[in-house]
Amino acid sequence: MSALSVTVSHTVSQAVSGGVADAVSGAPWAVLAQGSVPAPEVDYGAIGAMLVVFAGACLGVLVEAFFPRHVRWSSQVVLSLLTIGAAGVTFGWYVGRSTDPVTTLSGTIAIDRPTLFLWGTLLALALGAVLLIADRSVEPGGSFVGHTAVARGGVREGVGDGAAPGGMRTEIFPLTLFALGGMMVFCAANDLLTMFVALEVLSLPLYLMCGLARRRRLLSQEAAVKYFLLGAFASAFFLYGLALLYGYASSVKLSAIAEATAGNDRSDTLLYVGLGLLVVGLLFKGSVGPFHTWTPDVYQGAPTPVTAFMAACTKVAAFGGIVRVLNVAFKASSWEWRGVLWAVAIVSMVVGAVLGLTQTDIKRMIAYSSVAHAGFLLVGSIALTEQGRSGTLFYLLAYGFTTLAAFGVISLVRAGDGEATHLSQWAGLAKRSPLTALVFTFLLLALAGIPLTSGFVGKFVVFTAAVEDGMAPLVVVAVLASAVAAFFYLRVVVLMYFSEPASDGPTVTVPGVFTTVAITLGVLVTLLLGVYPAVALDWAGPGLAFAP
Amino acid sequence: MILADGPATAVAEVGAATGVAQFAWLLVALPAFGAAVLLLGGRRTNAWGHLLGCLTVIAAFGYGLVLFLDSTGLPSAERVRELHLFSWIPVEALQVDFGLRLDPLSLVFVLLITGVGAAIHVYSIGYMAGDADRRKFFAYLNLFVAAMLVLVLGNSFVTLYLGWEGVGLASYLLIAFWHHRPEAATAAKKAFVMNRVGDVGLAIAIFMMFRTLGTTQYTEVFARAGEFSSGELLAITLLLLLGACGKSGQFPLQAWLPDAMAGPTPVSALIHAATMVTAGVYLVARANPLYDLSPDGRLVVTAIGAFTLLIGCVIGCAYDDFKKVLAYSTVSQIGYMILAVGLGSFGYALGIMHLLTHGFFKAGLFLGAGSVMHGMNDEGDIRRMGGLWRHMPITFVTWGLGYLALVGFPGLSGFFSKDAIIEAAFGQEGWRGWVFGGAALLGAGLTAFYMTRLLLMVFFGEKRWERLKSADGRDYHPHESPAVMTVPMILLAVGSVGAGVFLASGDRLATWLTPSLGALDKAEHGVLPHALVPVLTVALSALGALVAWLVVGRRPVPVERPRRVSLPVRAARADLYGNALNEALVARPGVWLSRALVYVDNKGVDGLVNGLAALLGGTSGRLRRLQTGFVRSYALSMLGGSVLVIAALMVVRFA
Repeated sequence: MSALSVTVSHTVSQAVSGGVADAVSGAPWAVLAQGSVPAPEVDYGAIGAMLVVFAGACLGVLVEAFFPRHVRWSSQVVLSLLTIGAAGVTFGWYVGRSTDPVTTLSGTIAIDRPTLFLWGTLLALALGAVLLIADRSVEPGGSFVGHTAVARGGVREGVGDGAAPGGMRTEIFPLTLFALGGMMVFCAANDLLTMFVALEVLSLPLYLMCGLARRRRLLSQEAAVKYFLLGAFASAFFLYGLALLYGYASSVKLSAIAEATAGNDRSDTLLYVGLGLLVVGLLFKGSVGPFHTWTPDVYQGAPTPVTAFMAACTKVAAFGGIVRVLNVAFKASSWEWRGVLWAVAIVSMVVGAVLGLTQTDIKRMIAYSSVAHAGFLLVGSIALTEQGRSGTLFYLLAYGFTTLAAFGVISLVRAGDGEATHLSQWAGLAKRSPLTALVFTFLLLALAGIPLTSGFVGKFVVFTAAVEDGMAPLVVVAVLASAVAAFFYLRVVVLMYFSEPASDGPTVTVPGVFTTVAITLGVLVTLLLGVYPAVALDWAGPGLAFAP
Repeated sequence: MILADGPATAVAEVGAATGVAQFAWLLVALPAFGAAVLLLGGRRTNAWGHLLGCLTVIAAFGYGLVLFLDSTGLPSAERVRELHLFSWIPVEALQVDFGLRLDPLSLVFVLLITGVGAAIHVYSIGYMAGDADRRKFFAYLNLFVAAMLVLVLGNSFVTLYLGWEGVGLASYLLIAFWHHRPEAATAAKKAFVMNRVGDVGLAIAIFMMFRTLGTTQYTEVFARAGEFSSGELLAITLLLLLGACGKSGQFPLQAWLPDAMAGPTPVSALIHAATMVTAGVYLVARANPLYDLSPDGRLVVTAIGAFTLLIGCVIGCAYDDFKKVLAYSTVSQIGYMILAVGLGSFGYALGIMHLLTHGFFKAGLFLGAGSVMHGMNDEGDIRRMGGLWRHMPITFVTWGLGYLALVGFPGLSGFFSKDAIIEAAFGQEGWRGWVFGGAALLGAGLTAFYMTRLLLMVFFGEKRWERLKSADGRDYHPHESPAVMTVPMILLAVGSVGAGVFLASGDRLATWLTPSLGALDKAEHGVLPHALVPVLTVALSALGALVAWLVVGRRPVPVERPRRVSLPVRAARADLYGNALNEALVARPGVWLSRALVYVDNKGVDGLVNGLAALLGGTSGRLRRLQTGFVRSYALSMLGGSVLVIAALMVVRFA
């Protein structure tokens, strides 16, 4: 990692100079040394929400350091919720004032309509995720470990670590806030370097969070290590792509790259290899096949609230970044890369739908479903029209809430050794717990894209945009893939309603306030967007332009 | 306003309903209210439900009478009125208003439906007294009356269709009222399914009207009937006829009506004799501007009527079940009506007149049959009856009057209405006069035969029941029914006697109906002299009665049905193979088709789907092994994917 960090610092300094002077050549070090860098203009109002989140995260670290153990959980919960609430208020205040696109911090951050839409989505989803994380009623003491680094054999696997209830590690809260802040920067990043930094800021806390499960410690730690290794691998791809693109355009700014691609006098090899590597890094975060391999293992191993956070928020951030990069920087060269991303989308949809068929673990099943959904999202993302953009954003909003609620429900169905994630344990659930089964059925139908759910509207707007942008064959594949995927969603429904419950089947925990609120939020949004999608479509609708 | 000085059309000017007619919706609302209260109120209404049922219908009759009298006070040209109630289906080009049309034709039907309906409601109080579900029975009866009133009062074909389906539903519910009896459940299903065949015709006819004219309101359709091409007109008239055949039990859809007698007798009287089964006649008469323009369509109508009236008579001769004989008699009498309306302006009013008189005497005959069966432990086999006239004098007298009316005894209802139809049929030119007139005349003779046979076997002769026990092992103790049953019978008998002379004298009904149906034409010269027809009819009827007396009156009637019978009798007992025909033409091909489809579905579609599922599942199972759990292989797949992506980008750019 030290080699990596050296590279980072080197590139950062280059980028800063690039950002300031748009220098084509010259001696960046000299500029720095002269101390002639003017302080950048900062539009604090525009980035207020982001700053609030980071400030909350830093405060969380202080709470962790200075508060006595017994008040940490409550303080952290209050702090996290307050932070997200305050960020929401700041965000709302800014949106109420103006939604004109602006760039700030020397053009590294773009606050435009897509950014605002994604920020709103992220804040709302993060609120739900924090509620799930904070819940201690479902799993006594919370879903997270009391002590870190439990060695194999030290504690029997599958059982809690013996800590008293309430003894969960509360670092999870500042970590969540840091990840959220990183995601917000990632969506708003207007140059590749900021984007890379944001990528790391959002990824590193997630690696840690994955390893914190109270039960099934080894699985959880394995997931964390896998995610970290593969994430580092993907970051390297991104970084290498960034470097090549800098070599191509002499700038890391998205707009500068766009200008460069319009000309004809540069090396296309640099451009396309750079683009390819950059895109791979992004697709990895969005768990698009064939770069999805980490997804099932990590979704399964991570504590379910963290999985919910990852599945909902990371997807939003990743596709927010993909849409921005493709639309702003590479629009002019879309003819060359679009065919390749067609193929990637097809692979993702097919892999997700087909592999989902034979999964026996419900979390892995939802993981493959998310791979298929990533394919659908990519279909919308490569339609470089206003419709494509707004469709993708709507899809992200819809999918995020549905997934969040789905994982919330999954965390409720428990057997003696924790969550009952094996599908066979879900047999006949409707007889034991009709409400849970009904809610989960609704969410599965939303994931399958049945009308009157947000999933249907999302697919509809994305596919419409794709067809109108001349990608009808891709949409045909997408529709077929959704049909295949519908099979495994409905299989769970059939299992819940038409199978005899196992005698030693799981119990459904009565959720506490936090989880109830989170699930209700997800279900209501799923229903609302399915019945009356205009609310969000208007927001994601006309005039959805990126800042220059 | 400038009055067009042209030839008088059948379509009168339509005025708005004012005054007392503004509340015409009450006609439908009253029985509908009764049905709603009885159905939603459940058991709580058991005690007084039947009274509410009767009261709503009697009130509707009273109001109908007021409307009728109000209408008679208007000049003839202003008697067609419409009442717009609400916009029913306001969808783009499809604009259907829910409105009522109050004209002489619909008012006549209102009186028939509510009048006969009220009598039968009262009768049912006694008839259903022992039934635990009497309240439900009255709810269904009210539902029927409401639906039937929608049918006749609606001012568009779509509204008519609403009522049409409503009466179909009520008929289904009432035939299956004793659904614990397998034959009742089967009969209800049969009636419903066979009616659907006809309903499809009606629906398609309405679609065709809408396609060409963009409307289904009577006023518009009739005023613009000239815009149809002759082919369309023929198709529409034939499809409407198909609908009429289904509802009215005409060939080839007649087989459900006799089976429908499995329902309670008041149902048979009200729905399957007096009112609902005449809806087909109403439909053809209502659509008279269309039929006027399509002589070929009318010819088919007449032919169907003539044919049906004959097969009804023939089968009626062979049955031993009291109600089934009456049912086939109904089939045959409706055949007369259909024949009449097929004659166009010569016959519309005659068909309606026969419909009215038939409504009285057939309802009376059915109620009499119900009274007999009520007193005979629900026995329906006439071979087990005999000599009942002493035990049930009122039933006997009222039934006898109905009988005389039906066979066309001079001076009674049937004489005026049926004779007029036979005359009109003979009034046709050329072969039509001979064929249709001859069929109608022959039918009169056959009618006299089977009705006399019924009369003799039930009320006269040996008391065969004295030696027998009913199916549940009880002795027969025939007795007169209570007053609540006999009073309606007496009222209907009065109608049977007097309705004909009242309606026919001075062409009273025909004149009254002129605004709806156009003036009644009289044939100037037919194939037979006018004076001769009544004489022939009476003579042939007398001959039929005489033969019946020779066959069953003079000789003892065997209790067991003779097994060795001649071919015609065997054919008649098999409904002249009507069921076999339906079976061969519709049911069996349907079964074959569905079997073929099931085969295609099982082997083809399911095979494809299962094969696809197996393919996907297998692929999934194999691909799953790529997910090894090793980070190194995941990293390798990522690397492979990246190489492919970059290579593809290179190829696209530089190749």
